[in-house]
Amino acid sequence: MNQDAFRTRHEEEWLAFEQWLDSASAKRPRDRAASTTFGEETAAHRYRVLCQHLALARDRQYSPGLVERLNALVMRGHQVLYGAHPETGPAVARFFAADFARAVRRQWRPIALAAALFFIPLIAVAAALQIWPDLVHTLLPQKQILRYEEMYDPANKRPGARAAQADALMLGHYIWNNIRIGFQTFAGGLLFGLGSVFYLVINGVLIGATAGHLIQIGFTTPFLSFVAGHSALELGGIVLMGAAGLMLGSALLLPGPLARVSALRMQARAAVALVYGGGAMLALAALVEAFWSPVTHFDPSLKYAVGITLWLLLAAYLLLSGRQRAD
Amino acid sequence: MLHLLDTVRSIPTPEGIELTLHLAGPVPRAVAWLTDFLLRLGVLLAAAWVLGMLGAFGWSAILILAFLLEWLAMAAFEVWADGATPGKRALGLMVLHDDGTPVGWPAALVRNLLRAVDFLPAAYGFGLAAMLLNGSFKRLGDIAAGTVVVYREPGERAAAIPLAPPVPAPRPLDLDEQRAVMDFAERSALLTPERAQEIAALTTALTGAPAGREHQRLIEIANHLSGRRA
Repeated sequence: MNQDAFRTRHEEEWLAFEQWLDSASAKRPRDRAASTTFGEETAAHRYRVLCQHLALARDRQYSPGLVERLNALVMRGHQVLYGAHPETGPAVARFFAADFARAVRRQWRPIALAAALFFIPLIAVAAALQIWPDLVHTLLPQKQILRYEEMYDPANKRPGARAAQADALMLGHYIWNNIRIGFQTFAGGLLFGLGSVFYLVINGVLIGATAGHLIQIGFTTPFLSFVAGHSALELGGIVLMGAAGLMLGSALLLPGPLARVSALRMQARAAVALVYGGGAMLALAALVEAFWSPVTHFDPSLKYAVGITLWLLLAAYLLLSGRQRAD
Repeated sequence: MLHLLDTVRSIPTPEGIELTLHLAGPVPRAVAWLTDFLLRLGVLLAAAWVLGMLGAFGWSAILILAFLLEWLAMAAFEVWADGATPGKRALGLMVLHDDGTPVGWPAALVRNLLRAVDFLPAAYGFGLAAMLLNGSFKRLGDIAAGTVVVYREPGERAAAIPLAPPVPAPRPLDLDEQRAVMDFAERSALLTPERAQEIAALTTALTGAPAGREHQRLIEIANHLSGRRA
């Protein structure tokens, strides 16, 4: 069949399919219902016919313009038929009800490694400062030491925040700064894991130095009662981001039987669950740190109790949720 | 050899055919990124101007907005606005999965968070190197997310051959020649008449047309090839 006869014979089908595509990809349901020339149930069949037309047009060397047009039409059909997204609302609910904790349990190895890379330097530096207090001057800049000392001075009414700054402002700062560090820790994993290792260790050292120094000079109570509340969510969030980054690194270093590119794609897809969850934890931590941690008219023992409860709740959530049945 | 040099990527579909995607190279993507960057900067400055008057609450909102614009806005546009940030849309680009389907949150988030690495050591150095080293212009974020950036429309093209009385070619044309003639006829509406005539004048050996009539003669032959009959 020559091109012109082919075009004339099928033009109507192509236009009808194009119209269906327009209505199927419309955002509003009202537009979606409007003016389709055929029932939804025949769309798949019509799409396959269109695929056949494209194959014929190519095989018969019809003009590039016609082939291009059919290719564009099939492309749109491919996207509408195969690219449907599940609804966001239920997917998010299911993620936090089950999938997040499952992902954490499945990825316990990179998470354990990230936790070690973060907590070992933290504890080691904090402990070292009890023995060699002067070490803090090689780890933190003098200005920062003075600022921390002022922030957590027992004489200060509102530890953690400089007096003039409102809690609300700190919320913005914590979200902007802490989640950014989390995302960088994840992205750094693409450099063969080195970026994640760097951010985990350096944050462990800095937090350990701050904690160790403040404990050593006797500001223990204001410091620990400030950080107790958000510690579980914030430290946990950083570790999860680091673990997600280590997964990218492991795909490049130890791809197993896969090509490195394929291993990377698979691990990135799996790691993204830890990024969602870790990001949510860091955002919650920012809320707690801005509005609960600076509150001082409670007894420190209550603040310790809240902090420990949050650690236990987090552990229970990550260990127990999503165990009901594998759907 | 030609397909190795082309910026076309074909993807097999379950229907047993291959779809072709037209990949976007580093330059239009850089322009799209710059457009987005200026837009984000503009939004942030406008918001800072308004919210800055609200004191601590306003500044908190500005910081949160800065965070959202820097890390999540591009991904949100790619998921919710047909695979295109405003900059990509302006340049006619879109993001798709490797298999030609629209991107969802996992891929959009991975490719946008990993921008931080593509940007290293400066001005998207790693990203550019990666794009030049693989066949699909993927930066590192695209490789990890399994995405490609393609042109939304396959380029400007007048799809119909202009109508003219069909004239058979003076000698049989092989397939490549037929395609070339029809491709020219489809494109001729996009060329200036002088340029079309200039190109057509190269084909007198084939068409045997009198001087000055080569352009018209090629269109007539294309009409004949496409099956029109007087």
